Amino acid sequence: MIYWDKEKECMPREELEKLQLRRLKETVFRVYAFVPAYKHKMDQAGVKPHDINCLEDIKYLPFTTKQDLRDNYPFNLFAVPMSEVVRIQSSSGTTGKPTVGGYTKRDINEVWAEVMARSLVCAGASRNSVVHVSYGYGLFTGGLGAHYGAEKIGASVIPASGGNTKRQIMLMQDYGSTHLACTPSYSLFMYEVAQEMGIKPSDLKLRAGIFGAEPCSENMRRDIENKWKIDAFDIYGLTEIIGPGVAIECACKNGMHLAEDHFIAETIDPLSLEVLEPGNQGELVITTITKEAMPLIRYRTRDLTTLEKDRCECGRTHMRMQKVLGRSDDMIIIRGVNVFPSMVESVLLNIPGVEPHYLLIVDRRGTLDELEVQVEVSERLFSDEVKKLEGLGALIRKELESALGIAVKVRLVEPRSIERSEGKAKRVIDKRKF
Amino acid sequence: MARQISVFLENKTGRLSHVTRVLGEAGINIRALSIADTSDFGILRVIVNDPNRAYTVLRESGFTVSETEVIAVQVPDSPGGLATVLEQMTAENLNIEYLYAFLGTTEDDALVIFKVEDIDRARNIFAEKGIKFLDEKTLYQL
Repeated sequence: MIYWDKEKECMPREELEKLQLRRLKETVFRVYAFVPAYKHKMDQAGVKPHDINCLEDIKYLPFTTKQDLRDNYPFNLFAVPMSEVVRIQSSSGTTGKPTVGGYTKRDINEVWAEVMARSLVCAGASRNSVVHVSYGYGLFTGGLGAHYGAEKIGASVIPASGGNTKRQIMLMQDYGSTHLACTPSYSLFMYEVAQEMGIKPSDLKLRAGIFGAEPCSENMRRDIENKWKIDAFDIYGLTEIIGPGVAIECACKNGMHLAEDHFIAETIDPLSLEVLEPGNQGELVITTITKEAMPLIRYRTRDLTTLEKDRCECGRTHMRMQKVLGRSDDMIIIRGVNVFPSMVESVLLNIPGVEPHYLLIVDRRGTLDELEVQVEVSERLFSDEVKKLEGLGALIRKELESALGIAVKVRLVEPRSIERSEGKAKRVIDKRKF
Repeated sequence: MARQISVFLENKTGRLSHVTRVLGEAGINIRALSIADTSDFGILRVIVNDPNRAYTVLRESGFTVSETEVIAVQVPDSPGGLATVLEQMTAENLNIEYLYAFLGTTEDDALVIFKVEDIDRARNIFAEKGIKFLDEKTLYQL
């Protein structure tokens, strides 16, 4: 089996766009009628639901931002009565209140579980697979999202959740897990622990992994694939939209197919807010067109990516979004230069022997910003001679400086001294006080 | 010939005491040591009575460890003893990466641990010039 729902996933674009328009119109009518916040915004922008007559007309609709979610916290963006809401998920708001996601029964079964089922099948899973879910279960959407999708395709699900890594590896071995769902950084931590336990990839039946919830550079993917000897698939999603499953990579590994029968995607210039043509990098904007409980109209994700509409060899017609370069929140501005942790990661992983465990520390000395990159010294890199280690530090510094365009201080640290995360890895500590 | 255990240490309080405690608890005796330090990190180099075990226990405790071949040279324990050995090495263009003193001595000689660029060549030269060095077994038993 290559597709979960071939009819939808490979729908001719013309037909797909007709379906999108119908669903978009329905959604806009619904939010205008049932969500005062949307009615208010649309009235202010002078647009009525019947003004939407073709897909391009979406550009007349006002954007929804993170601030709108905060202003309407917790449930004021819901378009159904609470009696219809069967689940609330939320993401750890780093500043203040969490981001809420509300679901009707249909949202869970026909949208979320559906796109996750597609994602898992896309990554080669089937009813014969054993899917080990190491995303946290609970308010975080990762665990339950992967869980429902895997159950939907009839796979055997191991709801391991996060934590107790040694035990997880034992379970993976004993239960014959074939697919792993977790954050990319946690998969690498699991590998370290497995090695310590003397368990080799060949001792497991692991074939593929579905990794998401944090940016994963191409080099990091290759590192995961080489270490675990598996296929690693990038998955994209966010709580406010639905959770994981919004987009999934196919075997061509050339971007993630975005479930266009459920979501309309655009990219915009984050400053001018102008809609960009496919192929240009910009901020991803998503409109949900099937969600009942909490539809979002032109939601600004703050994720930077490029959309590609050209045909994919896998047969899926849905457009692809390139790996997210970074959430605009993760971006740090150092001396006026934009730096994404993923750029640092790419550089580090191109240096043989360097492990993808790193930490960026930004501080301000006087009026100047300083970036320190901490890199763990693995056994492959270690030398008993100071000059060799210093040479290594200098090499890393030179590579980083040429890639980032700013001065960098490299600090070599002991293995495991950088905190391992079971959820999203913490890559940046910003000590500056503005 | 001797095997030296090298350990990567961050410049943080308590790291050195941790290494030595790990070795102590494994019943391993440190016979010689030196620390090379920079502003950010240090490299601890030790000669112990049981290098295999030291290597294993340190790795298990999460340290980055490596083994390096060094030479334990017997240097006459009298004024100018080390100078003579070093002059002979210089004459042969034998580069020294680093050296440090061993805690114990043999009857008449002090012991100095040498890490050289080309250990095989060093051994041949020492043999030619009559510079004595200890074999591994004797060294660990000192």
